[in-house]
Amino acid sequence: MAVRRGEVHALLGANGAGKSTLVKILAGVHPADNGVVHVDGRPISFQNPMDAMNVGISTVFQDPALIPDLTVRQNLQLSDIDEAAFTPWLTWFELEDLDLDALVRDLPLETLRMVDLARALARDPQVLLLDEITAALTADQAERVFALLTEWREKGRAAVLITHRLAEVRRICDRATILRDGRNVALFEPNASPDATNGAATGTMFDVDEHDLVEAMLGAEVTELEEKDESEPLSPNQQGSRSASDEVAFSVRGLTSGDVVRDVSFELRRGEILGLVALEGQGQERLFSLLSGDRSPSDGEIFVGGRQRRWSAPYDAVGDGVVLIPGDRLLALLPNLPVRQNLVVPLFSRIRQWLGIPADERQRVRNAIDRLSIDTRAASQVRRLSGGNQQKVAIGRWLVAGFRTLLCFDPTRGIDVQTKRETYALLRELAASGAAILLYTSELAEIPLVCDRVLIMHDGRFVEEQDAARATESSLLTAAHGLEVPA
Amino acid sequence: MSQAPLPAQPAAEPAGLAARAAARVAEHPTLALTGILAILVLVTGFVEPNYLSVSGARNTLLQAAPLGILAGAQTILMLTGGIDLSVTMIATGSAYVAANQSPEGAAIAILLGILVGLVVGSANGVGVAVFRVNPLIMTLAMSGILLGLFTAWAQTILQGSTQMGPFLKLLGGGSFLGNRVPYSVVVWALIAAGLIWLLRRTGWGRLLYAIGDNEIAVRLAGVRVWQVRITAYIVAGVLGSIGGILLGGRTGAVDLQLANAFLLPSVAAAVIGGTSIFGGVGGYTGTILGALILSVLNSMLTFLNVGQAIQQVVYGGIVLALAWGYAGLTRRA
Repeated sequence: MAVRRGEVHALLGANGAGKSTLVKILAGVHPADNGVVHVDGRPISFQNPMDAMNVGISTVFQDPALIPDLTVRQNLQLSDIDEAAFTPWLTWFELEDLDLDALVRDLPLETLRMVDLARALARDPQVLLLDEITAALTADQAERVFALLTEWREKGRAAVLITHRLAEVRRICDRATILRDGRNVALFEPNASPDATNGAATGTMFDVDEHDLVEAMLGAEVTELEEKDESEPLSPNQQGSRSASDEVAFSVRGLTSGDVVRDVSFELRRGEILGLVALEGQGQERLFSLLSGDRSPSDGEIFVGGRQRRWSAPYDAVGDGVVLIPGDRLLALLPNLPVRQNLVVPLFSRIRQWLGIPADERQRVRNAIDRLSIDTRAASQVRRLSGGNQQKVAIGRWLVAGFRTLLCFDPTRGIDVQTKRETYALLRELAASGAAILLYTSELAEIPLVCDRVLIMHDGRFVEEQDAARATESSLLTAAHGLEVPA
Repeated sequence: MSQAPLPAQPAAEPAGLAARAAARVAEHPTLALTGILAILVLVTGFVEPNYLSVSGARNTLLQAAPLGILAGAQTILMLTGGIDLSVTMIATGSAYVAANQSPEGAAIAILLGILVGLVVGSANGVGVAVFRVNPLIMTLAMSGILLGLFTAWAQTILQGSTQMGPFLKLLGGGSFLGNRVPYSVVVWALIAAGLIWLLRRTGWGRLLYAIGDNEIAVRLAGVRVWQVRITAYIVAGVLGSIGGILLGGRTGAVDLQLANAFLLPSVAAAVIGGTSIFGGVGGYTGTILGALILSVLNSMLTFLNVGQAIQQVVYGGIVLALAWGYAGLTRRA
């Protein structure tokens, strides 16, 4: 692939296609086994990240590359960045109020992404590599990034943007390279005629059909899947409440935790998928840690199967069949251990299970891997799996162990279209077999596809309930901002 | 080069042989360790031809058995990201109690000796798992406390015999089959089989690795992590006791310095065997080889007759080199 000056180049592909690996090679983190990188026509070999920076390549990786126990300022000093070059970028991102002496671990993820980006920009690079920069950002922050990229292009610099959001690609990218299974399978170059290339400000990828991109990313079979989706929508409006029974599996009353979660009550029925929608930082993280037994509420009651439960640790919740798939995959994975070891951990949560291994352990692992179609090529260490496959492992450990109530925190964040679809289908399947599922998601488009009902949380409270089938992105967003939804 | 992706060149690997050998070794670290062990045995045999005999092997194994058992305690704890710096004081204390109780009979001596490991291991476990004291601090402090307690008790409640009973002497230093196979090696073999089974074929073993890799993920999987940690420290304490009793039996008489010299080797044997100090990686097979390597090394340095000071320097240097070489190999993998 080639990246030109004055272009924003999209790098697309399904999970595990090799996007992040390519970025790491370009950034000098991994050595290339083979092949050559040319910068301004000269072949360059990178031994370490410094080499890449010295030729003007600056990278923002998928996970914030900041040291949590240092302050922002100390992190800057560590990477030898001049504050004077850094702060203007913060201002650009409307973060001028950021306290540079705040510990990185105390800052929210989306701020860290912006700090990371500002740091990369402060090096005044020629080429900017952005690995899923927008995945954790709020909509208005993403807008700032897009504005930046537009300006970047006008300055004649180059940027490579990795994203799963095709709308972004069509909006701001000039060309797109598609990777599949580690190979460059397609290049979308809508303005191939030579006179068009310098008309930079037009988002020319806009002329490309999203379906063509998806097809190139996933190979042919997926487009069929998509058509199937459209022909038989999963949404419940025709079918009534798909699989929900009247039996309440899990309910909470007046749940409160400081002033982060306030007086939350809801009922979750067997066979039901209850959606939860909220803007960033409305107490949803805390709510999930209360519901999974990781924290004790300061007030309120939790009922499982009609009986009140008092939990002091996830141990108790899991014992009642209430399990959590956390939003941060790192909280669910054993990064250095094989897929198998990851999947079996919940099988041994009780002391009586310690002195042995269930005879069907192998079979259960096999089943979970097959059911989730986990790509086991890099199975010896889970940290080498792609993001989507890691998410599957996080889900898989509960398939192996079994559960009755599933708490899913944003399970499709940062994973590709196909894995998302697989995840929806799996959740529906689990609900149909009698599980109760609470699904928090930051992708509003998922709600009508997957959920039966949806609750909207704002400032620690549930402010609305909507019928998921009739929920639109705008009605959900309005409610999530704490506003009345016009009837 | 915008359109057609370049066809991948069939890789003409330079320096392929060395790289492949390194990769092979990294994949099967036990092979490398066995190789190192064999080379050390041959070198030692070259220095002292009498070493390559049944009695030479027996002496090495006699040395290796207590070390291997103490290193087993470290292996278990290191897998969880912990460590036990009090293991040699547990060993010494257990041997001391066993010697003191030897007049009451071997069974009582052994049981009370092991009780020391049970109690101290539980205390370590509670400190680390419940009160969340750093394992280094917890066990180092415990080691100091034990030394103080036993120094005081040696004058009071543990006054009396410092000689191991005949059965314990036989167990620690005796051999059978025409003086060929030491009893302590049989004990070690049984313990080794038990440890390997625990680590590979039980849920508890799986949890040790899992906790060492990511404690939070294990907690969210519904495991009470503190239960696993406490039991690990208890098992380590009991192993420390058994190692100490065998060591005491070998020397015959016990004092409060009995197992002191084993602290560094017990950690080193596990590290050389490929168990990571940071947890999650390793196993007991490697530790066995590590303990054997260190014992042979010890014999070699004794035969070289270079004096205590140089012995110490060479010993430390070789331990460092092995650990470093191993780390380099596994990082490449």
